Amino acid sequence: MPENLELDAVPGVPDFSGWSCPLPLADYPNIVMGHGGGGRLGNELVEHLFLPAFRNAALENLGDAAVLDLGAGRIAMSTDSFVVQPLFFPGGSIGALAVNGTVNDLAVSGAVPKFLTAGFILEEGFPLSQLAAIVQEMASSAAAAGVQIVTGDTKVVERGHGDGCYINTAGVGVLREGISVGPHRAQPGDAILVSGTLGDHGMAIMSVREGLEFESQIRSDCAALNGLIANVLDVCGQAVHAMRDPTRGGLASTLNEIAQASDVGMMIDEPSLPVRPEVQSACELLGFDPVYVANEGKVVFFVAPEAAGDVLAILRAHPLGRDAARIGTVTAEHKRMLVARTAMGANRVISIQIGEQLPRIC
Amino acid sequence: MKYLTEFRDGEVAQRIAREIRQITTKPWKIMEVCGGQTHSIIKNGIDQMLPPGLEMVHGPGCPVCVTPLELIDKALAIASQPGVMFCSFGDMLRVPGTECDLFQVKGRGGDVRVVYSPLDAVDLAVKNPDKQVVFFGVGFETTAPANAMSVHVAKRRGLKNFSMLVSHVLVPPAIEAIMSSPGNQVQAFLAAGHVCSVMGYWEYPPIADKYEIPIVVTGFEPLDLLDGIRRAVLQLEHGEHRVENAYERIVTYAGNLPAQKLLAEVFEITDRAWRGIGVIPRSGWRLSPAYRDFDAEERFQLSNIRTVESPLCRAGDVLRGVIKPAQCSAFGKECSPRHPLGATMVSSEGACAAYFNYGRFISADQLASAGAARA
Repeated sequence: MPENLELDAVPGVPDFSGWSCPLPLADYPNIVMGHGGGGRLGNELVEHLFLPAFRNAALENLGDAAVLDLGAGRIAMSTDSFVVQPLFFPGGSIGALAVNGTVNDLAVSGAVPKFLTAGFILEEGFPLSQLAAIVQEMASSAAAAGVQIVTGDTKVVERGHGDGCYINTAGVGVLREGISVGPHRAQPGDAILVSGTLGDHGMAIMSVREGLEFESQIRSDCAALNGLIANVLDVCGQAVHAMRDPTRGGLASTLNEIAQASDVGMMIDEPSLPVRPEVQSACELLGFDPVYVANEGKVVFFVAPEAAGDVLAILRAHPLGRDAARIGTVTAEHKRMLVARTAMGANRVISIQIGEQLPRIC
Repeated sequence: MKYLTEFRDGEVAQRIAREIRQITTKPWKIMEVCGGQTHSIIKNGIDQMLPPGLEMVHGPGCPVCVTPLELIDKALAIASQPGVMFCSFGDMLRVPGTECDLFQVKGRGGDVRVVYSPLDAVDLAVKNPDKQVVFFGVGFETTAPANAMSVHVAKRRGLKNFSMLVSHVLVPPAIEAIMSSPGNQVQAFLAAGHVCSVMGYWEYPPIADKYEIPIVVTGFEPLDLLDGIRRAVLQLEHGEHRVENAYERIVTYAGNLPAQKLLAEVFEITDRAWRGIGVIPRSGWRLSPAYRDFDAEERFQLSNIRTVESPLCRAGDVLRGVIKPAQCSAFGKECSPRHPLGATMVSSEGACAAYFNYGRFISADQLASAGAARA
């Protein structure tokens, strides 16, 4: 597994001013319908942009399908589409999200992520410089996560029919031997651990969209978790019963989903939830609850209680797990429900939200 | 995070809760008027810290809940029209009208936008002179000053493409309606701190006298709420009925006078229908004659929209504490959070929604015993 997952590798907002694009920008500074037409313009995009950025043996064949050698054993496969706005935000971009999101889905399934696909849906008129920056972010994220982007596709839709750039990625990984994790395997008594602070990604996006400014900028936690997860599984693989990355719907959705899949209850201690002060402030301002806010670089572990201390120590030794915390316990009581012990010492039920979290009137 | 942690101190909260348990000798029903207070009570579990018999009744102070079906239908009709940019606070988008909600209108191509301030809607009107920008002006006295300011600014700037769909409601008439309704069980009120930060609390002493009820101006943080409850119980136990200010760091007796002056200029008192309760006389605001040109109901000619609330809904009885949600014949059948009939099922903090979401899974005893398994 890659050991080069330093926080420095988490991409920031790129500086377009210094960007030099390998494409003949003078001819086509923006995407035109022809870029998705399968003709010369499309080929130029592949040869001058995608190939140099993603270069690997499987991709270079430019066949109709990538031919891969995964070795023996079972594979895991996952796909996800990315439509985030804005395309670039503090701590990440749609490109970094597209790679890390699929890598993380594979990693929390107990697989070692290997290969990704990349499908782009571009809106006519989208600046090529931005596409190049997005592709570069995908390339550096893939390199950091130790995966290869081996096949792809580009389509162009007419102006007004898209939102600049949509990306779909699919990925395959090889399941680790001797690991049996799954959303239905959480057991009463398991410790619930989270790898770091909650709500960073969702509030980073919200604060850019709403123009909120705080003393310190909120950055997305967008990151590939396969290195962090590998460190845990290498040492405590047998003790890990379930993992999930709490993306949309946040921690509350993840815990409710696992509670239902495993037919167990969940009890969390609200004051123990790690939340950055600036994220808490932004949530207070908008009437949000951090337990429902999205994360893109966090993982929740359900581990045998005797191993909880060891797993926590492994997490905290990794740059992406410094703020890891034990936040609760799986229970045999109140099955399929998430109950939080509040700072007041009372209990409340935290249910799944019907739709997205909305700013409250009062 | 000053001003947050100091009003969320768990140990102090336990101390106040202990004091409340010590001074409570009889069962009491106290209503918190405001939806924000209900939210905080449920989020922090304050209702479970109270002694058995001391019951918090969740009042009609959630603007999302009490906006009548007919007005939601009018909003949907306006937002569906081409050339309209319909602006609203976020949580109104999910409130169902007769056929759909604003989310669905947006999905069908309506230009529906979430704004954080009505002044953002005025800006949109300036930037989009070819669009009719309509702001959904709902809420209590709390949101009223900003809403009034937006109309005031629009008039001053001579904007012809800005209007407001107004459904403003007022707290004091709602308290009077609840107290004078037959079978009322509410014995004390926590008045909403942010409403009083605008209006002061000079309106409340006559109500406390007339109905012989304690009214405590209360804030929203856990310690604010516990202190408000403690003061209300003390008055009830001593047979007193005064207006007390437990939110002195924000609220003065007179309130925000410039805001009140603006409100008096832009709005005038009117009868208003409350979802699940019915019409309460002189319980809301509409635009005053000087600002009537900005009334979206006039501009879009919606007088033909007449919506009747479901006769099955007993939200009014729930709000008065006469019945528990599960005692309503529509509860969990015709009425659920996905298809709410009345105010109390609309918002997640409404009494019926809270019972539906939590009560069907778990009893209070179970919830308490869950504490034994805490992390």
